[in-house]
Amino acid sequence: MPGPPTTAKGPRAGSLEQLLAAKEIAITCGSGGVGKTTAAAAAAAMVAVKQGGKVLVVTVDPARRLANALGLEGFGNAEKRVPPEAFAAAGVTPRGELWAAMLDTKEAWDRLVQRHSPDARTARRILDNPLYQNVSGRFVQSHEYIAMERLYEIHSEGDYDLIVVDTPPTRNALDFLEAPQRMADFFSSRFLRWLTVPYRSRLVNLASRPFYQVADRILGSQFLQDIAEFFILFQTMYAGFVERAEAVGRLLHDRRTTFVVVSTLEAAPLREAEFFIDALADKRFHMGAVVLNKVLPRYLLDEDTAAVAERMRARADEVAGEVANGAGDPEQIARVLREVADSFCNFEVVARREAEQRAELALTPEVIVTVPFFEVDIHDLAGLLRLGERMWASHG
Amino acid sequence: MTDLLDRRLVFVTGKGGVGKSTVAAAMALLAAHRGKRTLVCEVDAKGNLADFFETAPTAFRPREIQPRLWAMSMNTEESLREYLNLNLRVPLMGRIGPLAHAFEFVATAAPGVKEILTVGKLCYEVRERHYDLVVVDAAPTGHIVGQLAAPQAINELVQVGLVRQQTGWLLDILSNPTTTGLCIVATPEEMPVNETIELAGRVERETSVDLAAIIVNRVLPELFGRGEEEVFEKLSEPDCVEALSKAVGGDVGPIMAAARLAVTMRRTRAAHLERLRSGVEQSVPMLYVPYLFARSHGLRSTRQLADALGAELGY
Repeated sequence: MPGPPTTAKGPRAGSLEQLLAAKEIAITCGSGGVGKTTAAAAAAAMVAVKQGGKVLVVTVDPARRLANALGLEGFGNAEKRVPPEAFAAAGVTPRGELWAAMLDTKEAWDRLVQRHSPDARTARRILDNPLYQNVSGRFVQSHEYIAMERLYEIHSEGDYDLIVVDTPPTRNALDFLEAPQRMADFFSSRFLRWLTVPYRSRLVNLASRPFYQVADRILGSQFLQDIAEFFILFQTMYAGFVERAEAVGRLLHDRRTTFVVVSTLEAAPLREAEFFIDALADKRFHMGAVVLNKVLPRYLLDEDTAAVAERMRARADEVAGEVANGAGDPEQIARVLREVADSFCNFEVVARREAEQRAELALTPEVIVTVPFFEVDIHDLAGLLRLGERMWASHG
Repeated sequence: MTDLLDRRLVFVTGKGGVGKSTVAAAMALLAAHRGKRTLVCEVDAKGNLADFFETAPTAFRPREIQPRLWAMSMNTEESLREYLNLNLRVPLMGRIGPLAHAFEFVATAAPGVKEILTVGKLCYEVRERHYDLVVVDAAPTGHIVGQLAAPQAINELVQVGLVRQQTGWLLDILSNPTTTGLCIVATPEEMPVNETIELAGRVERETSVDLAAIIVNRVLPELFGRGEEEVFEKLSEPDCVEALSKAVGGDVGPIMAAARLAVTMRRTRAAHLERLRSGVEQSVPMLYVPYLFARSHGLRSTRQLADALGAELGY
C-alpha cells in the first residue's frame, strides 16, 4: 500500500524526493526560459533541508539573483556553502548542507590543459596561443564538455552526497551528452593528423594537395599554420584527454546519475523536452523525471467556473445592481465584473492549450512533477523552498 | 534615424523562450504586407520558423511562402559551397572529396568561420539587392555578439587570403545604421530583461551594428482603469464574493483569483519594464507587442503580432 507523502515512512514512491534520495548526480536539462536553473536550485535546497547530507548545485547561469537567493555574494568555479543564516531567514533548520558553484568555462579549460599537458612549458604555449584563447570559450561543445568534465572532477573527489547540475540551455539537447565522445573522437581523428601533416613534416609538398590549395586561398597559410600548431600542441594531451572523456561518459551512464527534464507547457519547449526524453532513452541514460513548470492553475479548466464567468459577463449590470450596496458605483462595478470575467476567459484559453499539450505528452517517465505558475519572482531561499515544496508535493 | 523596416538587414535576437522567432516572422510578414520583397532567414537549423507560417520546413534555397515573402534556413556548408563557386569559379565539390568533412574541422578549429559564412551570406543578399529587406531570426543573446563581431575577429586573426579580403565590405554593410540594425526581443520578466540590458551594452562595445529597437513581447493588458482596482479589492472581500456568487448563481471565487493572478503578473512585469527602459540608452526605441491569448501559435497569431508591431511603428 502506498504510504502517505511523509518523511516518517520515507519518501512517496514515484516522487522527485524518492528519486533524488537514491541518486548521486541529477542533471537538469531543457530549453531556455523554462526555469531550469531555479528548479535545480530549489530541488537541491529541498534535499539539503529534508534529506540531509552535503548537496551541491552547479549552475551555468551567472544570474546574480540565484546567488542572492542563496544568500551568497556571488559564486564561481570554487564551491561555496550557503550560510546557515540564509536558512534561518527562511525559517528552516536544514538537516544537511547546501553548496553552490558556478561553471567558469575558461577557468575550467585552463585547468584541464594544465592537468593533461606533458610539461609546464607545453601548457604555457597552449594557454598563450591566440587560437586557444578564442577556442576555449567557443569550441564546438566546449561548454557542454567542460560542464561534464567539471562534474566528473567534483564527483570523483567524493565530497558530496548529491550533485545537481544545471546544463547550458542548448538547442541541440544531445550536445553535452555526446561531448565527451566527440571530444575524444576529435583528437583521435585521422583527419586532424592529416590536416597537421604538412606542418609536422617538411617532406610533404603542401601545394600538391588540393585541399590545402583551397584552404590556403580562403584562409591564408599563416592562419592555417596557427591552427595546425594549436592542434599539434593539443595532441600532446591526447592520451590523458581521451581517457578522461571516456571516464566522463561512463559516469553519465551510471545508475547513480539521473536526468531531470524541465519544460513549460508551451509547444516549442515541450517538443524539445520530448525529443530529449526520446534521445535519453535511445542512448540508455537514466531518465528520472519530467518537471512541468509554470503551469497555470487548474481552476481555469473547470467548465462550471467558465459558465459562471460567462454569466457574470452577460449579466454584469444586473449583478452589479444587486451587490452595489456599499461597494461603490454600480456602473463601475459592472465594468470591473466584465473585465474580471474577460480576463478569466482569456487565461482559460491559454490553460486549455496547456492542458492539451500536457495530454499529448505521450511519454511517461517514472516521475512527472507539475509546478504551478508563481506570479512573483523568487528572491530568497524561502521562495526557492516554496517552489521546492510544490515540486515535492506534486503528483503529476 | 532610419525606420526599422526601411533598413535592408535586420537581425532579431533574444533569450531562449521569449518569442524571438515569432517576432522575426511577424516583422517579415509585416514588411511583405507593406510591399517589400522580404527574405526571412532562420539561422538556427533546429528552429521552428516554418511553424509560424504553417508551411513546410525551410531550406537553404529561399522559397516564396507568402506574397513577396521568401524564407530560408542558414546552412554554413551550403553557404561555403555557394561562396566558393562564386569566387573561385571552380566546381570544387566533386574534386575535393571530403570537403564537407574538412569544412567541419576547419570550422571547429577556426573561430568565426561558421559565423562569417552566416553573416557573409546575409550581407551578400543585401549587396546584390535580391530583396528589399532581409530579416534574420538570428542566434540567441548568448551567441549574437560572436556572430555580429565575426568579421572583425576574422580581420584580426587572418592576415591574408580571400576571407580577409571579404571582411571589408561585410563590415561596411554591418556598420551602416541606415542599412543594418539589430532588434533584441525581450519579455517583461526578470532574466530576459537582465540579458537584454547586458546585451545592449555588449553590442555597443563589441560590435559595429546599430541597436535599432528593443521589442517587448507578451505585454499583458492593463486589466483595470483608474479607480477600478479599489472596486476590485472591495469585491474580493469574502462577503462580497459570497454576494456575487449568489447573484451569478455559482462560485466566483476562482474567477476573482484568476483576475488577481493577472493583476499580480502585470504588476511584477511592469517593474521589469521600467528596469528595462532605464537600463538601455533612451535613444533606442522600445516597441511593445501584446501577449496573445491564442489557441495556438500559427499563421493567425503571427498576423496578429505583425499588426501589433505595425501599430507600434506607426503604420
